[in-house]
Amino acid sequence: MTATDLGLPSIGGLDGVPTTEDKQTAKDFTSDQEVRWCPGCGDYAVLAAVRQFLPTLGIKRENTVFVSGIGCSSRFPYYLNTYGMHSIHGRAPTIATGLATSRPDLSVWVVTGDGDALSIGGNHLIHALRRNVNLKILLFNNRIYGLTKGQYSPTSEVGKVTKSTPMGSLDHPFNPISLALGAEATFVGRALDSDRKSLTSVLGAAAAHRGSALVEIFQDCPIFNDGSFDVLRKGENENRLIPVTHGEPIRFGAEGEDGLGSHAVVQKGFGLEVVEAASVDPSQIVVHDGGDHELAFALSRLSDQDLTHTVTGIFRQVERTTYDDAARAQVQQAKDAANGEADLQKLLDGRDTWTIVA
Amino acid sequence: MTTSDTPVETRDSQVVQRDRVVIRFAGDSGDGMQLTGDRFTSETANFGNDLSTLPNFPAEIRAPSGTLPGVSSFQLHFANYDILTPGDRPDVLVAMNPAALKANIADLPQGGVLIVNTDEFTKRNLTKVGYEANPLEDDSLEDRYAVHGVAMATLTRGALEETGLSKKDAERSKNMFALGLLSWMYHRPSESTERFLREKFAKRPDLAEANILAFRAGHAYGETTEAFAVTYEVAPAKLAPGTYRQITGNTALSYGLVAAGRTTGLPVFLGSYPITPASDILHELSKHKAFGVTTFQAEDEISGVGAALGAAFGGALGVTTTSGPGVALKAETVGLGVALELPLLVIDVQRGGPSTGLPTKTEQADLLQAMFGRNGEAPLPIIAPCTPGDCFAAAVEAAAIAVKYRTPVMVLSDGALANGSEPWKVPDADSLQPVDPGFATEPNAPDGSGEFWPYLRDQDTLARPWAIPGTAGLEHRIGGLEKADGRGSISYDPDNHDRMVRLRQAKIDGIEVPDLVVDDPHGDADMLVIGWGSTYGPINAAARRVRTLGHHVATVQIRNLNPMPANLGEVLGSYSTVLCPEMNLGQLAMLLRAKHLVDVKSYTKVAGLPFGAEELQDVFLDYLTGTHPHATHAATNGAQA
Ligand code: SF4
Repeated sequence: MTATDLGLPSIGGLDGVPTTEDKQTAKDFTSDQEVRWCPGCGDYAVLAAVRQFLPTLGIKRENTVFVSGIGCSSRFPYYLNTYGMHSIHGRAPTIATGLATSRPDLSVWVVTGDGDALSIGGNHLIHALRRNVNLKILLFNNRIYGLTKGQYSPTSEVGKVTKSTPMGSLDHPFNPISLALGAEATFVGRALDSDRKSLTSVLGAAAAHRGSALVEIFQDCPIFNDGSFDVLRKGENENRLIPVTHGEPIRFGAEGEDGLGSHAVVQKGFGLEVVEAASVDPSQIVVHDGGDHELAFALSRLSDQDLTHTVTGIFRQVERTTYDDAARAQVQQAKDAANGEADLQKLLDGRDTWTIVA
Repeated sequence: MTTSDTPVETRDSQVVQRDRVVIRFAGDSGDGMQLTGDRFTSETANFGNDLSTLPNFPAEIRAPSGTLPGVSSFQLHFANYDILTPGDRPDVLVAMNPAALKANIADLPQGGVLIVNTDEFTKRNLTKVGYEANPLEDDSLEDRYAVHGVAMATLTRGALEETGLSKKDAERSKNMFALGLLSWMYHRPSESTERFLREKFAKRPDLAEANILAFRAGHAYGETTEAFAVTYEVAPAKLAPGTYRQITGNTALSYGLVAAGRTTGLPVFLGSYPITPASDILHELSKHKAFGVTTFQAEDEISGVGAALGAAFGGALGVTTTSGPGVALKAETVGLGVALELPLLVIDVQRGGPSTGLPTKTEQADLLQAMFGRNGEAPLPIIAPCTPGDCFAAAVEAAAIAVKYRTPVMVLSDGALANGSEPWKVPDADSLQPVDPGFATEPNAPDGSGEFWPYLRDQDTLARPWAIPGTAGLEHRIGGLEKADGRGSISYDPDNHDRMVRLRQAKIDGIEVPDLVVDDPHGDADMLVIGWGSTYGPINAAARRVRTLGHHVATVQIRNLNPMPANLGEVLGSYSTVLCPEMNLGQLAMLLRAKHLVDVKSYTKVAGLPFGAEELQDVFLDYLTGTHPHATHAATNGAQA
């Protein structure tokens, strides 16, 4: 889905970023740094997908910037041959906000994790989303602290036994999608690390979106939280994974006679529920609408976070003026009012001066 | 009034000439004393006197009315010669209510003029602040001071009868009545105040008129009432030739940042979170977007500096403004800036600490935080302006150093500079020194590989190249992890880390700063008084006093606190006594002792108020005459009261 699908104005997330006709490949976007994640880490799949995906944007590589915080996934910028900054824990959205606001010619990406974005950097995440700064936030959610060697995270399930919680964790986890929606995010999507096709499609839509885009990526940490998303990958996943597409009825599961999924999402009270598609009249099946805030919220809470029902794709995509566009417009407006060249001497003099002669 | 005055009877026996006058307006927080003081200051600046001001107000926006904690005051010192401080004690105290009287009367010297708004001296208001009897009705005040009781609220109400304003609204203009009266007393020009009121209340012309009427009524009251038989003239000061205006430290600092955008040719990006007493810089800069200034009010202090650093990565002049508690929160990001070696300005308008401390009061206890308040060896340059007007030059200089050396720079202002004001010789905008940001445009690898090495340093400055996103061929990654010298890839190599730590230190140590210039008019002083920041005024005012008494004393101001001037050691070694007065417990003294093994004597005060000239004069005299208990001892413990 792109912005045009929703009938949004043509200003896209990459407008103002210089394009190139040169053919670019994944290799061009690969830096000389040796990748140092653990074998089998889900980060590898995401990195490969991003390296494949970036050249398709057709923008100049030097106008692409990745900013990260701290955590395993935050090493990401080192492995891309773009501009990059590996910053400090939780603060990447603040740095990206300053960069994106002062440089409309850049495509700015934030790479963060569940600890980085939702624990130490929670405040910055929600404010970046509400401001709708034109940046793309990739939230690698592995539901564990990897870099510090295996403590529970703010997305770990209650009762998680880890080094810091030998008797089980006590605190209720965040639902990152609900949180982002609650923070007034204009673009909220989710994908699975290993599902390159849908991951790439969500990333493409995020890049084309003007404003803050949050993409939650379920990422496996085989060292400290092995197989945490396996139920979504294996054979029995059909009834768990619910890919949604704007404008299409929400059907999923094994293909039925009509070529659509065996299961469907219908309205129940103020929420949603999953039923067998055959058991309801097709008119009752919810048609996904990325502009419907309530629907997006309901989809984010279709089941507990036990992965029983896991929606992927784009929950929400709406148009709202971005902070950085508006901030630059104000500067321009003030410059125009001063006919281009504000007079520094006049400012320094102020209104009331007096002169002392020699 | 004061010893240095020479009252001269003029042909009109009603007018007395004064060299200098100190006036203090004091009232309830809601009485508009700061505005009154500001206006009197503007009138005085327009008249051409030298001046210095000290606003003093509670942290609460509306402290309980009529109480002692709710008292707000504004002191103004003006003269026909150049002065250095807002004055120790007022010659004239204007007290708008019993609380203001009680809180300030102890500072009024015997014989001083006391002007009181009698309307507020009700039984209830008197009891509220612990007066058992009305001090205006016994002789306790009359015996010591020249007391003028004026029913300001009643008179203002009378003057505004025609306006149709409610009694309460009309009375709110009584501060302008007081201003009118004092303006008459001191022959202040009044046009600018009337113009100011018309502009301030442009949307409420009725209020503008009311305030102007009250102001004129105060003026007329002075003229027509026999109670005020004498008026005073303070001739314009003979300052160095030039064009002057009145300016506060925060305004000067804001203008300095705008000017730094000009000198560096970079767009200014301010990331800031509101905090007293620095917020006015955010307010001021947000008015100057026409100069290409972007202001970002962040969600917190950390975000403010983070956004500024992100903008700097993109090639902007990144600035963050705050006070001590904010510096603590920003420390990790400033440390990142040290590792990234990107230009960044961190403005700390110091206030009383620790913790929330005294938000509206001044202190200079963040020096060691600025020097060392980050993890690891994370040196950065520090500049401390010494007067309100000097905040302009400090900001311009800080930007030049930040850009030239690719480093965060800290500017240490304080509450006294920020809110205090003085006449400022307006600089010529065209004469400001340009700074070339010198962005990298070409690969620089010494091995001819055509790669870009982000940590390959300039041999002279040790600065690394600043390659901004959008520059083809220079794509690179930086971050908080230690980087390999030159190449800039992640490095855990022990020798490399040792080298990088020393290189970062050497870069800061090598920054060129001007030598100290000692002020020693006699040329043979044995005692040196060393100061930094806003203590400049009181130190030099006190030095003048002791010199007038026949003593020889030298003074010097350290404006560059890191690195310190190259001749500092030589200067310190040239005097048998070195005294360092500070509004902390001896932080600079500690640094000087540690670095130069000189037995620096420390005089300290942390009362939330600047030193008084008289107070320092006494300390200097104690040392000069050998009567100070520490004057003859080999060492002090650094923290005497
Ligand atoms: S600890 Fe987990 S998340 Fe981190 S690199 Fe290893 S596998 Fe990946």
